[in-house]
Amino acid sequence: MKLTLNIWRQTDANDAGAMHTYQVDDVSPDMSFLEMLDVLNEDLNAKDEEPIAFDSDCREGICGMCSLMINGEPHGPEVTTTCQLHMRSFKDGDTITIEPWRASAFPVLKDLCVDRSAFDRIIQAGGYISVNTGSAPEAHSVPVPRDDAMRAFNVATCIGCGACVAACPNGSASLFMGAKITHLGELPQGQPERDSRVTNMVAQHDHEGFGGCTNIGECAAACPKEIPLDVISQLNKDLRTAIKHGH
Amino acid sequence: MAIQNSGPTLVQGARATQSTIFLKILMAASGAVFIAFVLLHMYGNLKAFNGHDAYNEYAEHLRELGTPMLPHSGALWIIRAVLILSLVVHVYCAATLWKRAKKARTVRYQVKKHTGAIFASRMMRWGGVTLLLFIIWHLLNFTIGKVNVTGGATNDPYNLVVDSFSTWWLTVIYLVAMAMLGAHLHHGIWSATQTLGLTNSDRTRKLAKNSAFTLAVVIAGGFSLVPIFVLAGVINK
Ligand code: HEM
Ligand code: SF4
Ligand code: FES
Repeated sequence: MKLTLNIWRQTDANDAGAMHTYQVDDVSPDMSFLEMLDVLNEDLNAKDEEPIAFDSDCREGICGMCSLMINGEPHGPEVTTTCQLHMRSFKDGDTITIEPWRASAFPVLKDLCVDRSAFDRIIQAGGYISVNTGSAPEAHSVPVPRDDAMRAFNVATCIGCGACVAACPNGSASLFMGAKITHLGELPQGQPERDSRVTNMVAQHDHEGFGGCTNIGECAAACPKEIPLDVISQLNKDLRTAIKHGH
Repeated sequence: MAIQNSGPTLVQGARATQSTIFLKILMAASGAVFIAFVLLHMYGNLKAFNGHDAYNEYAEHLRELGTPMLPHSGALWIIRAVLILSLVVHVYCAATLWKRAKKARTVRYQVKKHTGAIFASRMMRWGGVTLLLFIIWHLLNFTIGKVNVTGGATNDPYNLVVDSFSTWWLTVIYLVAMAMLGAHLHHGIWSATQTLGLTNSDRTRKLAKNSAFTLAVVIAGGFSLVPIFVLAGVINK
């Protein structure tokens, strides 16, 4: 396949940045999207040009490190991570626009890499849960109803990639936060600090400069892990309960 | 997850009532007041189909609500006060969150698809501004100013309605406004249930979305009937 790529280039956080156009020939439909960029980078290296910076780590769809806004969709046209997206999702001769996540809370570091440490601080603000340390407890000592366990597991699949923020017209991180809140809130271990956790995480979210949610739903459509919108309702409910309890 | 930098620090002394979600809860609560109001208002308007006397009697009954416990028009003024307060809260929160959203993404995408969004949801803010302008005009038209665009009398509610909607362009303005109201409610009613934390499963979300659509059609459609039937000459003096 032959492709035309419009890629955002920016030397560092202070640079204004601009779109640059590249041609790639010889792309195999079996390549992953990141392998396609690797090939382009080898090409740039050979020509003594600065390679394009982009994030990746596991390349297995489980770590949340890869990103990229591909033709206006986070992680591209399929419901998966960019590392698991394959070039067979595109056609020979296509033009592909590649941009970094755009959010004030995710400043661009270089090219397509953004700083997502705001997510780390939201998690950090959530704080600890009260569990006994030491030897592992007997698994049956704390019964968890099946449906609660399933919901907690499903939302715990959030990999913190930030696609929800990238897609959201308000630049809100509500889907991410909702996933984390629901994950612990469904389990007995998450109960003692439930009110303070949601209060602190939401305050940190607002402090980082993420926008407020208006329930548009582009986040859930973009999420590679299919985190459903109901976690945002859960987040809102937990915050409302915290207010009732005087937080 | 990402590179550590010397960015913002952890918030100390967080208050749930100072959050963006709290603003949304206020919007949902004030929105709920509006929903109740527009439902009743629409029902009242349909009295126009019962003719001159029934309509004007209804208008007078509204003023006698709660008498003699309350003074004449007392209950009406309480309702008005609640509505004005709700509007101030609703618009204040909308403006604050709008400003915040603009700051949350200062560099726009060159290419952006809106997968998963319905048109109504992306129209909420500008649609809301349109509704606000409409509300001001509407109050001038029928409540405060009592403008009769045909130049006729303004002291008879039923006749004022008939005169107004016999004027084609006024009917068009109202129908456009009702389309806007329908869109605002289509997203707003579902959004309010979500903001209040009532849609914690796939099933309840679908139910909320379907109910929002139905209610929006009923309200916007119900309001549109009187102007259309006046213009068509079915409702007349
Ligand atoms: C008859 C008048 C109105 C009704 C019935 C109404 C109703 C609602 C409802 C139920 C919501 C949902 C709250 C939530 O998301 O939790 C909402 C949201 C909103 N309203 Fe209104 N509203 C009205 C007038 C206005 C006006 C005058 C504005 C003016 C700026 C406005 C702007 C907004 C905005 C920006 C939202 C947030 C969007 C969102 O949550 O998705 N509304 N409205
Ligand atoms: S909710 Fe989905 S899109 Fe958002 S950070 Fe988690 S995995 Fe990524
Ligand atoms: S690189 Fe780990 S999820 Fe894509």
